[in-house]
Amino acid sequence: MKAREEILRRVQEANVAPNDHPIRRDYAQTVKLADPVGTFVERVEDYQATVIRTGPGGVAAAVAKSLDGARRVVVPAGFNTSWVPDGVDVVLDEPVLSSADLNEVEAVLTSAVLGIAVTGTIVLDHTEGQGRRALTLVPDLHVCVLTEDQIVGDVPEAVGRLSPSVDAGRPLTWVSGPSATVDIELIRVHGVHGPRTLRVVLVESPTT
Amino acid sequence: MSDGRMIETKTFLGIPPFPVAAKEALADSQLRGNMHHATHTIRTKRARVTAELPDWEQLRVAGADIKDDVTANMGRYLVQLEESLTKAGANVHWARDAAEANQIVIGIARRHKVDEVVKVKSMATGEIELNVAMEKAGIAVWETDLAELIVQLGHDLPSHILVPAIHRNRSEVREIFMREMGKVGMPAAADLSDEPAELAGAARRHLREKFLRAKVAVSGANFMVADTGTLVVVESEGNGRMCLTLPEVLISVVGIEKIVPTWKDLEVFLQLLPRSATGERMNPYTSTWTGVTPGDGPQEVHVILLDNNRTKVLADEVGRQALRCIRCSACLNVCPVYERVGGHAYGSIYPGPIGAILTPMLKGVGVSKQIDSLPFASSLCGACYEVCPVRINIPEVLVHLRELVVGSHRGGVPGTLMTTMKGASWLLGGGWRLGLLQKAAGLSTRVLWKNGVIGRMPPPMSRWTDARDCPAPPTESFRAWWKRTDGGRNDAGSAGGTAGKGDQR
Repeated sequence: MKAREEILRRVQEANVAPNDHPIRRDYAQTVKLADPVGTFVERVEDYQATVIRTGPGGVAAAVAKSLDGARRVVVPAGFNTSWVPDGVDVVLDEPVLSSADLNEVEAVLTSAVLGIAVTGTIVLDHTEGQGRRALTLVPDLHVCVLTEDQIVGDVPEAVGRLSPSVDAGRPLTWVSGPSATVDIELIRVHGVHGPRTLRVVLVESPTT
Repeated sequence: MSDGRMIETKTFLGIPPFPVAAKEALADSQLRGNMHHATHTIRTKRARVTAELPDWEQLRVAGADIKDDVTANMGRYLVQLEESLTKAGANVHWARDAAEANQIVIGIARRHKVDEVVKVKSMATGEIELNVAMEKAGIAVWETDLAELIVQLGHDLPSHILVPAIHRNRSEVREIFMREMGKVGMPAAADLSDEPAELAGAARRHLREKFLRAKVAVSGANFMVADTGTLVVVESEGNGRMCLTLPEVLISVVGIEKIVPTWKDLEVFLQLLPRSATGERMNPYTSTWTGVTPGDGPQEVHVILLDNNRTKVLADEVGRQALRCIRCSACLNVCPVYERVGGHAYGSIYPGPIGAILTPMLKGVGVSKQIDSLPFASSLCGACYEVCPVRINIPEVLVHLRELVVGSHRGGVPGTLMTTMKGASWLLGGGWRLGLLQKAAGLSTRVLWKNGVIGRMPPPMSRWTDARDCPAPPTESFRAWWKRTDGGRNDAGSAGGTAGKGDQR
């Protein structure tokens, strides 16, 4: 018998009775926060990542400050060019950069699809302006530009909003602070393999 | 290329039964100190971040219900998952047992003519001892999680689900890196200190060249979404992202119980898991992928659906709740037994309370003394049940497994336990019998007890006293005291000198 058929037969023979009640989902689907943007900033900073808040006119300057002298910066296709500061040596992923090429780049500059206030998380679905997954992984500094209207309350709202991306087969990367480990004596160390530094530039939305 | 260099992997084979292994572990004061610090630190963090969510209990209920829905409809969800994965461009394989899963991984690696793979920390691949099988096949496996790297380079065994090298301190880690890294790749710097940040830096440099050249990666998954074919890996360091993103071929070995029915269900588990595991609001990185994404990440994706006796657990009406487990390790961190003896004494990749139920069910009771000892490695205090994010009633399963273990050994002849219990029922059934015994005990234990406790007793009682100190009975029983003093109305001092300290404990 083939493995597939045998496993399915074993499952059937286990003869598990159907559940006597439907799944109880009494947890909060949305969360009411007095100041979602403030919560987001506080929680991102809790992970030792930095946040710079700016108006729409100050993005390039905030990005320049966040890049902290990094010269060679990968900028994915579709990223808002008005947010790229002068004097940056923009590296394009066209033709596709090899992993070794990426390893030689100092920083990466992207947008994101949303931010989660309660957990201080940014999520990338790797569409326009965010690049393929390796771009935000190999360089040691990740600067991410997010607008305030992209911030949702908690995980259930984020999961709901990300559903179309998943249905379209796109990968997701959820980032909560810089790469970290507590594997040695439970002491938190930043930057094992992912970017050692995460900086978020948060842009005021016209409506807020 | 690995240039034929690889690391010989240690296995749990030959670990003695729990009481013996625990005794050895308890004598190691360094280990006890490390374990105490680790378990208390994580449990405090967990308590803080779970208290932040007012709907934590409702999330636990939902988590348990979703997983019960999976166990009740496992066949349907497996077929649905297979369809979704295939549609998304993934290759789906089914493995009845460890050997079959290992052969599939080796076959894929050979087809790509590689002699090395990079690997994300995964419990399932530990369970099937993939590394040992790969080494035998001449393929080097590089563990990329920092703790797994420490364990692998130290020719050691993991001792915790989440932080497997927690039994090592910084100077031991430094020593291992200095001695071993150069044998299998980029050596550690000669002036490496034992600062955790520097040690992590050494791991980063050592592994980066392996990440950049690897063609094949092996991972597990925390969740598989049946309706979309999406796999999820939750991690902290970014080594997972490296393995899931940079190589050309990705092979994921995943237990069939890792299914969740819908994408929406992750809104529950992505709250439960990080808060229960590391005590963070969210772990640094969560990756999700759905088969192959053109132009992004591995262009050849394999998923191996692993049974390896999970269907046996499924068939156990009491025990099947263990299949809800999301491997957070919260139960380890609150367990008074685990805290004192550490992970190795459990003789399995799954230590602590969850290991004490999972290992016997996955490997079967009545086949090995070591495995049969595990359901007894607990005081049944219930702390594990209280913290479990998917409400696995571990004490209930432990008691159930104790019955199975005892039953498997009886084979018609009443065991010592049964004989003892029958004797106890005869004694306690008549007051005068108990009175006589207590009088005898008061006299006889003066010979046996020391510092108020009874230590080792001769067989068959040694089976109880080997692992437990028993408070010595007082020199006068309550019944005798009542009779002598007329219920306390006429108490002119105690009868037989000072009572053993045991009765004050």
